[in-house]
Amino acid sequence: MSPIRRILVANRGEIARRVFRTAREMGIATVAVYSDADAELPFVREADVAVRLPGNTPGETYLRGDLIVAAATASGADAVHPGYGFLSENAEFARQVAAAGLTWIGPPADAIEAMGSKLGAKQLMRDAGVPTLPWSETVEGAAAIGFPLLVKASAGGGGRGMRIVREPSELAEAVEGASREAAGAFGDATVFCERYLEAPRHIEVQVFADSHGNVVSLFERECSIQRRHQKIVEEAPSPAVTPELRASLGEAAVAAARAVGYLGAGTVEFVMAPDSSYAFLEMNTRLQVEHPVTELVTGLDLVRLQILVAAGEPLPARALSPSIDGHAIEVRLYAEDPTNEFLPATGTLRSFELPAGVRVDSGFESGSVVSPYYDAMLAKVIAHAPSRTEASARLGSALRRARIHGVTTNRDLLVRILAESEFLEGATDTAYLDRHAPAELGAPLVAGPDLRRHAAVAALTLQLVNRGEAKVWSRLPSGWRNNPSSMQQVSLDDGTGEVVVRYLIGRDGGIDLTVGDEPVAVDMHGAEGSVVDATVDGLRFRSSVVVSPDRSLIDVDSPLGSSSYRIRPRFVDPADQVAAGSLIAPMPGSVVRVLVEAGAAVTKGQPLVVLEAMKMEHTVASPAAGIASEVRVGAGQQVIAGAVLVVVDSGEASEPEPT
Amino acid sequence: MPVLPDRVDRDAPDYLARREALLELLAEHDRQLALATAGGGERSVARHHERGKLLPRERIELLLDPDAPFLELSPLCAWGTSFTIGGSVVTGIGVVEGTEVLVQAHDPTVRGGAVNPYGAKKQGRASQIASENRLPVVNLVESGGADLPTQSEIFIPGGAGFRDLTRKSAAAIPTIALVFGNSTAGGAYVPGMSDYIVMVEGRAKVFLGGPPLVKMATGEVADEEELGGAEMHARVSGLADYLAVDEYDAIRLGRQIVRRLNREKLGRPPASSYSEPLYDIDDLLGIVPTDLREPFDPRDVLARILDGSEFDEFKPLYGTSLVTGFGQLHGYPIGVLANARGVLFAEDSEKATQFIQLANQSDIPLLFLQNTTGYMVGKEYEQRGIIKAGAQMINAVSNSDVPHFTLNMGASYGAGNYGMCGRAYDPRFLFTWPNAKSAVMGPAQLAGVLSIVGRASAEAKGQPYDEAADQAMREMVENQIEAESKALFLTARLYDDGIVDPRDTRTVLGIALSVAHNNPVQGRRGYGVFRM
Repeated sequence: MSPIRRILVANRGEIARRVFRTAREMGIATVAVYSDADAELPFVREADVAVRLPGNTPGETYLRGDLIVAAATASGADAVHPGYGFLSENAEFARQVAAAGLTWIGPPADAIEAMGSKLGAKQLMRDAGVPTLPWSETVEGAAAIGFPLLVKASAGGGGRGMRIVREPSELAEAVEGASREAAGAFGDATVFCERYLEAPRHIEVQVFADSHGNVVSLFERECSIQRRHQKIVEEAPSPAVTPELRASLGEAAVAAARAVGYLGAGTVEFVMAPDSSYAFLEMNTRLQVEHPVTELVTGLDLVRLQILVAAGEPLPARALSPSIDGHAIEVRLYAEDPTNEFLPATGTLRSFELPAGVRVDSGFESGSVVSPYYDAMLAKVIAHAPSRTEASARLGSALRRARIHGVTTNRDLLVRILAESEFLEGATDTAYLDRHAPAELGAPLVAGPDLRRHAAVAALTLQLVNRGEAKVWSRLPSGWRNNPSSMQQVSLDDGTGEVVVRYLIGRDGGIDLTVGDEPVAVDMHGAEGSVVDATVDGLRFRSSVVVSPDRSLIDVDSPLGSSSYRIRPRFVDPADQVAAGSLIAPMPGSVVRVLVEAGAAVTKGQPLVVLEAMKMEHTVASPAAGIASEVRVGAGQQVIAGAVLVVVDSGEASEPEPT
Repeated sequence: MPVLPDRVDRDAPDYLARREALLELLAEHDRQLALATAGGGERSVARHHERGKLLPRERIELLLDPDAPFLELSPLCAWGTSFTIGGSVVTGIGVVEGTEVLVQAHDPTVRGGAVNPYGAKKQGRASQIASENRLPVVNLVESGGADLPTQSEIFIPGGAGFRDLTRKSAAAIPTIALVFGNSTAGGAYVPGMSDYIVMVEGRAKVFLGGPPLVKMATGEVADEEELGGAEMHARVSGLADYLAVDEYDAIRLGRQIVRRLNREKLGRPPASSYSEPLYDIDDLLGIVPTDLREPFDPRDVLARILDGSEFDEFKPLYGTSLVTGFGQLHGYPIGVLANARGVLFAEDSEKATQFIQLANQSDIPLLFLQNTTGYMVGKEYEQRGIIKAGAQMINAVSNSDVPHFTLNMGASYGAGNYGMCGRAYDPRFLFTWPNAKSAVMGPAQLAGVLSIVGRASAEAKGQPYDEAADQAMREMVENQIEAESKALFLTARLYDDGIVDPRDTRTVLGIALSVAHNNPVQGRRGYGVFRM
């Protein structure tokens, strides 16, 4: 094997940056590939050279193995790192890379293939002595296993072609349905049924194998807290794993890796029942999103190990006899709304700053645009501390103090999880978010009196900006009147609702202020740059307050939390107003189906348009009974957020309703 | 730099007594302002709101830039008369889209916004301020026209309002009318003579004759919308340049128009950085006596209104009844003439004359701080030519070309009122503190003079003098003059541009100076400065 001198990362965002970081440390040159939507992201800039993949959708860009191999050749790369997702578990791509004379930083194509078939993998594991859940490929056999059962597509992934069956009577139909769906989605109708565990823990073991016969376990990670089958909190070690259990899991994982002739980094996923019995779920033949927690507790750089193994080197001694130091917790910060079924969010990150003291793996920075084309993960934030309690506290505090504005995130949900008692006790399983309503955990952290405090600070800072930027009279007292007849007022919308702040600044600087109808005592001590020092409602604190140049947005970050406000304009140009009853696209996306014709009568709640954005379908339903007077979109059409889709005339005037 | 000292003892009993007395006057002033703001009263306001209409001050608040100050002019116009305080119109100076503008808004809650003689005078004064200071005018129109019972006092002089609108236009001072409701008959010429006209759909009615008059005049039957509706004017007559969907939209359009006026101030901009006064302006309440016989040092006032409390006094050792000197206020250079001991002597007049000429040479605006009982009388002074001295000063004031600002801090009596740039001498702005008074002479003196004259007349005719009647006459005259000298009486008759809380003095003068700088500040030249 020849040494690796220039790596192309066939991926984007944070994982591309992650690989580049290690490559730079190892003196290896870096090549990025990027779609049009990603052109301005930091990973493109940080690579030594970058190659454009025209278009935006993954199908046009990051899934185009041929273009990526051509980019590698053109840029003089000698190795390809696939990251995770996209082509990382595509055996065909691994072969293309090798065929082009490039080093593939990943497991052998055969191993990818072997683990790609769920059914095949289960058989392989059972043969290798790895515990598996009982399964059957026949309806009769399945019934013998007992209920509940999970019907799964062998070629599946991402929850498609999956069904939970609790009653024997439902089994046949479920198998038939799953099979039909699998055939449609994956071109392979093979399904099987396995025992379904209601609320297992998700435990996975990081394994590493080199070409010198070494296969090692780098211990477990627990990733039980998930939303829609996607992990959002991951940690190492698992609070539920004893040293004995750890050894047993490690042996099973190493056996699994050996069974497929594994090479490089891989993850063997298990489900674990409350009695600590565990069973093989699947093996991920790539670097996992959550690899940093393993890195922090073992002190190993997994990307470096991947590169070494790919270059034919043996695993270093530290990797061969690893140990665990303290505890690491990672959270996935997503652009999504946990209070609204985790609806993905897009937009421009006006600010995106995390405090020091935690590891941040992110593909974004202040000013970045979160596009609708890819996974909405903004960053992985990881804390490492001597104990689990300290790690949770440090991570929670860092998230709380992070300055993130412009895009809705799950930050508040994550902060609440990290302080929630069941989590702190280590009592986590995959049903965690069924027990703890995301809408509640994800509600804004700033609440009650703090909401008023932030609104007051926002309004008064806007006032300072208004005065400071005034072309005339800028040093005269703010809002001065020789005959005061009303208060100054500003209407702030924090996304959950609108609040009117009224204030009157007296000649001695005294401030009369109300938020909504509540009087709030305020004393402004000073403002320097964007930092405002004020006592509001008895608490003195410093806030970072940023007013957008067009004075339409105010972002407030303080030790109380974060608030983003849209300043409601005093005037609306009638030309900008949408017709009453207009249904608006909640986010950019494409129209999948239009379910109504112009002129048709509709009922309240009737689905009218289905949009697809960020890999999710979103149904826009009629807010009221009436007539669909206008249908402005057709199937396949791309729409921007705020575009009018359908106008429903309900016979009474109503405000335009964001759906 | 000479910095004025702080000489105030804030714990002294007389300081506290003065403060209390002035606060009492201010409380009364606030009560009168509240009456002005209440307009036509609760019921009328409620009815107006129910129609989805905004009050004049609500319209103005929306028109102004957020958080920008607003100086309401002559708010207590018509105080003490049979008309509602305020004169059914609100006028003032504010900032719209970064441009200083003069705003006039009818108060439709007061007799439908009908213009009475006081309101007409108030609008005339506002119009004059706009012309002198090159301020664009925004008229927020909703008025039923002239108050008919008093038409004789309005109709003929009222034509000047329309004349002045178009003269402003000729002088490239933009005029904008936002029509919210009725603007009929003569009132139709307010929008009619304006550069830009916005009308609110379904609300604005602009016609010369309404349906009844048209029917009477020609027999034609037409409805209001056909005769003068906003939509008709926007689509058919072309009188309306913009059709607004509602009041907010009209104000939005008004702001849009001002944004594109491309206004630039022609005067020099203020210093980009300057210091606030060193001492709290709140002290003025305890410095300024409400008893006009009690003197006070105007330097204590200047120390609280000039930038950095800095004052370069001119001729401090000569003519010491009048303080003159240079300073800066909210970044603008200013020359000050302030009465220090009431009476003006020949030396003070000469000093004033010279100082006014110097300010004109240097293009520096002048601030007159009045507290004068007039020019000194008496044999010695007459023989030494006090009239000549006073005439010099009045001559200098009358022919000075730099902007003048006058503040009556206490007394403004006799010819002192003229020499210290009283109303008739056209200062750009004239404000009054609530304790201040003005008349030809003090009430007791005036009554006394009448008594002496009466007694002399009786003696000449050889008639006995009725002492009881004299006593009654003196009391009556004294009371009448006292009442007619008061700030509220004066402000009601537009003899000033408003009563000012002493604590707002620096702010009000800052606005006035800034407004004056819409024009170049240029003093009168032609002769060398006469050393008096």
